[in-house]
Amino acid sequence: MRPSQTKSLQSNTLAGWLMSGPALVLITLFLIVPFLLAFWFSFTNQRLISPNPTQFVGTSNFEQLLGMGTLVLEPETAADGSLLVSESGELSYPRVRDFTRNNPDFQHLNGMREWFGWDWGNSRVLVLARDLVFMKALTNTLFFVAVVAPLQSLIALLLALMINQKLRGINIFRTVYFMPVVVSIVVVSLLWRFIYDGRSGLLNNLLQFLSFGHFQPVDWLGNPDTAMWAIIVMSIWQAVGFHMVIWLAGLQNIPLTLYEAADIEGASSWQKFRFVTWPGLRNTAVLILVVITMQAFALFSQIDVMTNGGPLDSTQTLVFQAVQRGYGQQNIAGGSAISVLLFLIVLTISMVQRYLTRER
Amino acid sequence: MTSLRILAASLAITTAMSTAAMAQTELSFWYHGAGNPVEREILVGIIDDFNASQADWKVVLQEFPQAAYNDSVVAAAVAGNLPDIIDVDGPVMPNWAWAGYMQPLQLSEGALDGFLPGAIGEYNDKVYSVGLWDAAIAMYARKSTLEKFDIRVPTLEEPWTREEFDEILATLKASGEFEYPLNLGMADQGEWYPYAFGPFLWSFGGDMVDRTTYETAEGALNGDAAIAFGEWWQSLFTNEYVPGTSQDMADHETGFIDGDYALQWNGNWVAVNTLNALGDDVLFLPAPDFGNGPKIGGASWQFGVSATSANPDGASAFIEFALKPEYLAAFSDAIGLVPATAEAAALTKNYAPGGALEVFYGLSEAQAMLRPVTPGYVFEALEFRKALSDIANGADVVDALDAATDAINADIARNNNYAVAN
Repeated sequence: MRPSQTKSLQSNTLAGWLMSGPALVLITLFLIVPFLLAFWFSFTNQRLISPNPTQFVGTSNFEQLLGMGTLVLEPETAADGSLLVSESGELSYPRVRDFTRNNPDFQHLNGMREWFGWDWGNSRVLVLARDLVFMKALTNTLFFVAVVAPLQSLIALLLALMINQKLRGINIFRTVYFMPVVVSIVVVSLLWRFIYDGRSGLLNNLLQFLSFGHFQPVDWLGNPDTAMWAIIVMSIWQAVGFHMVIWLAGLQNIPLTLYEAADIEGASSWQKFRFVTWPGLRNTAVLILVVITMQAFALFSQIDVMTNGGPLDSTQTLVFQAVQRGYGQQNIAGGSAISVLLFLIVLTISMVQRYLTRER
Repeated sequence: MTSLRILAASLAITTAMSTAAMAQTELSFWYHGAGNPVEREILVGIIDDFNASQADWKVVLQEFPQAAYNDSVVAAAVAGNLPDIIDVDGPVMPNWAWAGYMQPLQLSEGALDGFLPGAIGEYNDKVYSVGLWDAAIAMYARKSTLEKFDIRVPTLEEPWTREEFDEILATLKASGEFEYPLNLGMADQGEWYPYAFGPFLWSFGGDMVDRTTYETAEGALNGDAAIAFGEWWQSLFTNEYVPGTSQDMADHETGFIDGDYALQWNGNWVAVNTLNALGDDVLFLPAPDFGNGPKIGGASWQFGVSATSANPDGASAFIEFALKPEYLAAFSDAIGLVPATAEAAALTKNYAPGGALEVFYGLSEAQAMLRPVTPGYVFEALEFRKALSDIANGADVVDALDAATDAINADIARNNNYAVAN
């Protein structure tokens, strides 16, 4: 009986295509075509608004984004050859702009900006970037992913373990933890802007109350050192409920008999988690890690609503820059190039994750 | 049977009515002010008057929320669906004209006589758009505060100088009575930055782009004058004279009225509310002079004709019709904007001689300067805003200005110097 049924389903290809048709058309139109277009645009000088025809420019968009150089600055010396030392005992160096602006001897560094540097003996080694904002967006995004992916999965797991108990009213907790997921991220971002307000925000007030007034208010979003962390905390708070539910589904798939067997063997709670729960969650863990990583790379709305990439580029991200360039700056080609790079990064990381978590 | 007859009759009537209306050619008109019933009422009034005044054209209004307006126009242009008459923000007009979205107006001789320069949208020696109003910025102050701290009331002839202004801020700061001496509106991170703070740069002698050629920002945005401006700008924040970029929008809106800020750099659109709250204690003062005269930005929303309009003569006729003083006055009375002509100003409540906001007309007339009239302005405005935010947050002044200069130059080069395509 069974094989013939399969055959009849397979032979009825027209119905199959018709049924998947609407979805296929939509996916092609809104995912595949835009992706291919972005790929093509990133090799042209496509503009959002322009009377000029689009031209093929090769890889210059990518060279512009990824261009880097190094510069070694020698300390300034007095007329007699001795090193100039400031009052605080520091050596003084010439300004980078003397090398990067219209300096015929350093043509290859023209237009670059200082990214980071370190001391090497008396000289100073600097790494310059052609597109500093992009570089900061790249490092910020990687930092965000590196913090959020493990932290968010872990917190979600802890929450799932907590609410996976048969207690009265546990559904209330499940609902409360899940609630931020249902609220629009834009609304959540606006709310957290009030919470983080440097003058009279809830967080500052709370910390002042708890420290009996010893805590000095911090301008959480206005300070380059705290802005990214502020975004990280609220992002995790907002998204953790969703992954908690996935963990919960995984937890509830583990047969109770295994726990009963473990109980009979006299296993401690930790042993039960280590040898029953965790192996049972393996597939869920892989899914969650991949999903969170991809979602974290797409960080945009929070930035758009809360910081606009500032202060001092400390919260620039790749997606925010792609949108900013494509629409704000009317430079579709530049935005597309960032999207293509982002695609390659996410693809690589996902494949590495797949490889590391493969069934052995 | 009867129902069928009724259907047939009603069909016939509808057809007859629509043919009657078809005698007038429809002109579509897009406006940015959706959600504002007062603006809508006046606009619909003008349209009804125009439609009734002649037999050739019938203007049909379609409104958009301001935040989505520019995107809608760009999307419509790409799709080839632009309306006949479009509403455009003054500094954006050259971008749209260059992109081929707009065509020059066909106004009769002398139609724009007596208009404030900020209300006329000219690009490449052709008038593409015209505004029924302009906006103006003033330094809001309280008479009582100035008297208390023995601060001179500046005039257009004798504005505060840079030294004077810095001293005033220092005095107000030292008094400890205010959270901050000055509110610049750093919370409003849109076109406000170039519109409100660009004039400081111009008064220092710098600019966002070299206006002689519009082909480079080198020397204009990172020259000595611009660096002097940048250092002054940064000092406002390091001395804590001004709340920074993380300022709360609510503080920006109520801080001056509540007395948290002693001075406020803000537009005429909040003047009526401020007057209502503070009465005649409030003063609207001219901009400080940083060396090249006091400056404020000119140009607000204006009307123009799309390039694809099949009936540009009709569209222009409507715009010319809307320029009547009574309409200018009606808009000004309703939303508090500066009427575009002196004649219209005399008809308004607030801008007539002796009116509460009359001073704004003078401020606009004497100090207004247009933001760079170039298609590249849209990009320049973004880079200017970023440089100012970064400097306010402690970035190196020269590096921040260099970065903006390079980005602007790269954008100009990417667009073949924004040459007009032939």
